Amino acid sequence: MSIFDYFRPHRRNSASLAKERLQIIVSHERATRNGPDFLPKLQEELVGVIAKYVDIDEEQVKVALEQRDEFSVLELNITLPDCEQARKRQVENAVA
Amino acid sequence: MAKIIVVTSGKGGVGKTTTSAAFGTGLALRGYKTVVIDFDVGLRNLDLVMGCERRVVYDFVNVVNEESNLTQSLIKDKRVSNLYILPASQTRDKDALTKEGVERVLNELSKEFDYIICDSPAGIEKGAQLALYFADEAIIVTNPEVSSVRDSDRILGILASKSRRSENGQEHVKEHLLLTRYSPMRAERGDMLNIQDVTDILAIPLIGVIPESKAVLQASNAGVPVILDKLSEAGQAYSDVVGRFLGEERPHRFINAQKKGILSRIFKTKEEETV
Ligand SMILES: Nc1ncnc2c1ncn2[C@@H]1O[C@H](COP(=O)(O)OP(=O)(O)O)[C@@H](O)[C@H]1O
Ligand SMILES: [Mg+2]
Repeated sequence: MSIFDYFRPHRRNSASLAKERLQIIVSHERATRNGPDFLPKLQEELVGVIAKYVDIDEEQVKVALEQRDEFSVLELNITLPDCEQARKRQVENAVA
Repeated sequence: MAKIIVVTSGKGGVGKTTTSAAFGTGLALRGYKTVVIDFDVGLRNLDLVMGCERRVVYDFVNVVNEESNLTQSLIKDKRVSNLYILPASQTRDKDALTKEGVERVLNELSKEFDYIICDSPAGIEKGAQLALYFADEAIIVTNPEVSSVRDSDRILGILASKSRRSENGQEHVKEHLLLTRYSPMRAERGDMLNIQDVTDILAIPLIGVIPESKAVLQASNAGVPVILDKLSEAGQAYSDVVGRFLGEERPHRFINAQKKGILSRIFKTKEEETV
């Protein structure tokens, strides 16, 4: 550390930010790349179906395929919006 | 039977060709009959880095298309015995190489050579996939920088699913991480990913760290693989890589920033080689 560093405004270590972002994106890409080719399409259609009933967007549906020894597990993870908000929106829609 | 090693990365400009030239030369210096093949069709560069650009008559695509034979096309290095170069084609279209053709050439080379080094083009598409398809081992060249690390991870995915070994259900392609253009000082300041950061993410064994070094550019200017510049840090680091590859125990060097006196810190020194 040089004496000049004392005069620099304190900032977040950019390497640790880079590492954090990389860990997230890499683990996301690993989860999708081992899947069969139909996985993205399946995810897209699932989002379409769910969106008919609940107000969600693509970010809130995660499809992952996990390989086990004898079988694979298809995991579907849907984050539903806050119920209170959803109801309000329904009411608004009804009024409109 | 030769061992086939691909030098690959996904991202361009990270040091694949520099590494292919240095690593291939290093193996030949150790007495192994080695050929380095430039898979970068349309963007031939290995010949320049290895200083044999004026001796190219036939190229890899010619051999694959049976327009020339191997004896006519292989360039024997003038400095190092046991070292040969198979240059890429400069003019043909990118899809000039076929899997069957490449396989036939590799099989033929396999009978005569100990090591075949495949210098991959950038990207993750056809050209890069062909360069890695037949590999037994892979050197994943990575810079300490987000896009390079991410691309390396994607290449690891392709090695695991689209290589000959994976398709035939054979033992995995053996992976080696080579971190290049590393700046110990910037890593220590927290301005750049450090060695641990990159190995944490990619989770494959580290075969070496090549420092960012002016000697690399000087070497390619002169057409001499940097491993022959025995005084340079990069050259020595590449020698260590070859030693480790051959099973020797070699501690990593040039990975810590040099401690500087107060004066040289204020007046930046001119001679500092690694930046
Ligand atoms: N360790 C290093 N230090 C400094 N410059 C380097 C280093 N490794 C590679 N370079 C430079 O980076 C550029 C790209 O290198 P190259 O080997 O052609 O990459 P690639 O084959 O991956 O595209 C070249 O100008 C080369 O001189
Ligand atoms: Mg190259």
